[in-house]
Amino acid sequence: MSFISYLINGISLGSVYAIIALGYTMVYGIAKMLNFAHGDVIMIGAYVALTSMTGMGLPPAAAVLAAVVFCTALGMLIERVAYKPLRNAASPLAVLITAIGVSYLLQNTALLFFGANTKTFASVVPIPPLTLAGGELTISGETIMTIAACIIIMIGLTLFVKKTKAGQAMLAVSEDKGAAQLMGINVNGTIALTFAIGSALAAIAGVLLCSAYPTLTPYTGAMPGIKAFVAAVFGGIGSIPGAMVGGILLGIIEIFGKAYISSQMADAIVFGVLIVVLLVRPAGIFGKNIQEKV
Amino acid sequence: MKQWKKVMSAAMVTAMTVGMLAGCGGNDKNEGSSGSSGNSESGEAVFKIGSIGPVTGGAAIYGEAVKNGAELAVKEINEAGGINGVQIELNFQDDENDPEKAVNAYNTLKDWGMQALLGTVTSAPCVAVGSEAMNDNMFLLTPSGTAVECVQGENAFRVCFSDPMQGVESAKYISDNKLASKVAVIYDSSDVYSTGIYNSFAAEAKNTGIEIVAAEAFTAESKTDFSVQLQKAKDAGAELVFLPFYYSEAALVLQQAAGMNYAPIFFGCDGMDGILGVEGFKAENAQDLMFLSPFTPTSDDETIVKFVTDFEAAYSGTPNQFAADAYDGIYAIKAAMEKAEVTPDMSASDICEAMKTAMTEITIDGVTAKGLTWEASGEPSKEPMVVKIADGDYAVVE
Repeated sequence: MSFISYLINGISLGSVYAIIALGYTMVYGIAKMLNFAHGDVIMIGAYVALTSMTGMGLPPAAAVLAAVVFCTALGMLIERVAYKPLRNAASPLAVLITAIGVSYLLQNTALLFFGANTKTFASVVPIPPLTLAGGELTISGETIMTIAACIIIMIGLTLFVKKTKAGQAMLAVSEDKGAAQLMGINVNGTIALTFAIGSALAAIAGVLLCSAYPTLTPYTGAMPGIKAFVAAVFGGIGSIPGAMVGGILLGIIEIFGKAYISSQMADAIVFGVLIVVLLVRPAGIFGKNIQEKV
Repeated sequence: MKQWKKVMSAAMVTAMTVGMLAGCGGNDKNEGSSGSSGNSESGEAVFKIGSIGPVTGGAAIYGEAVKNGAELAVKEINEAGGINGVQIELNFQDDENDPEKAVNAYNTLKDWGMQALLGTVTSAPCVAVGSEAMNDNMFLLTPSGTAVECVQGENAFRVCFSDPMQGVESAKYISDNKLASKVAVIYDSSDVYSTGIYNSFAAEAKNTGIEIVAAEAFTAESKTDFSVQLQKAKDAGAELVFLPFYYSEAALVLQQAAGMNYAPIFFGCDGMDGILGVEGFKAENAQDLMFLSPFTPTSDDETIVKFVTDFEAAYSGTPNQFAADAYDGIYAIKAAMEKAEVTPDMSASDICEAMKTAMTEITIDGVTAKGLTWEASGEPSKEPMVVKIADGDYAVVE
């Protein structure tokens, strides 16, 4: 019974990683940059949802919507102000370092506005916990919601990329920015859209993360952000199904590692997985090994 | 033209550097008389007490509490006429819970002319500053540095309990009151406070016949999901789960335990104090939670009531044990200074020499303990209280 309980916990944690990893992977696929501030957008989203609920008394659904709208705008703003001017910089490191800077900027801004005190996040999930096997196994409403949200987002995103014009434009930009521009695709607009979608997902991930593990500090997003990055690399960075599978597998590995190997080593195991994956399959599970033309 | 640009940029760099240095030194009120101890801006003799703690960063809540508690005590003492008629000047420096920054802050305070140090707030920086203070023979009283090494020098004392003492006392209490024979421990392996308590608890458990059926760790990086640790404790059949860490994580543990219908006895240490103040925390999840505590804000003791009322009036929020420790710390410094009959014109080292002995002779009726005394080793001697939460309120277990 504990095994099933661990498994469900792992899938739930992994689903959050997966939603965050989607943001990393989409931005990487299209803008070819690692947006290390992504984890902190999650934290901002959670703060916005919390403030709308406790400060303004909005119902949970409206609070989630507010967080999504705010983060979408924030994501586009960050892209416009911090990343776009560096898009043609000589070194790709410039934008990477800027991303780290933005990450600290967001953390410290949150510290300034909300203080260092841990805030308890009231769950936005109205689903009651599910009790199975005569009370031995309890699955929380948050777990069900997180897994459901993860599946819905994955299907929605896949359809969006495959069926819509904007999605096709994203694919085109990810394959060849220059050629896409020549074909009349608005590259800047497409990149901005990618950031908007990634940040909206970050807001949802933030709300789900904080509903399942109800604390919120300005540093809440940092570690899940890094783990989601590992998940994205694990699944093959740039690949949407890869982020999903990578995220869920990573969640399961983390929980099982904690349960059956050592609770002290959980994080070491997670990052150990990254190293092994990079050694054995540098492109990740779903990654394509594309040879760079010189 | 090019030459001109170079000159300009050099000038700019210089200007900026100077600006930054000035910024760093912004708290030094009298840089001119640095080193020469004991004069305020107006030239009047004052005692200069320094304090160091994190007021930004992840541990900011503790530093903030100490700062407020100390300021409150200083204000009261100054209004009542100071120490032997001499006013106190308090200078609080931020260390962001970083040992290196704490040592820098210590040096800044020394330049300012500090004569006694209340700090530092957290253990790791306290150990670093402690060795500096030992070399300088600077009197050090940490309000809340619980690690053993915090008070290794003869010049160092503390207000709070040490980590080993909390572990030992907890194990004794559990076995004396027959709370449980099978105990699980969840602890933060990345934190000296938590590991220190866990180690001494485990050692004492052997002597008292408590069986530790599960010892599960978490780290600062993974302190949101405790489902695995709780599941393992449950599977091992633990009747009591010992939680030697701070309340913000403990709130999560209790919430997650309630979510999985696991209800053993939960037992914590002084870091558990304040759990009911966690915003949005459901008090029923903490029903029957027990913890060792030096301070409860709800006590009806006269000194404590006054402290809590004044604190709430001056700052938003109820004081926690850190604020209480700092408040008692300042009063202890006052008592020791009066006992040692030190004067503001003495050097920090001379003051320390006199206060070292005086500290072991004073008795304080503070907010964290009645009849608080100190041993030469720097440890306070006070009885831990056990507090139990019932119906959303703290109650002292007699």
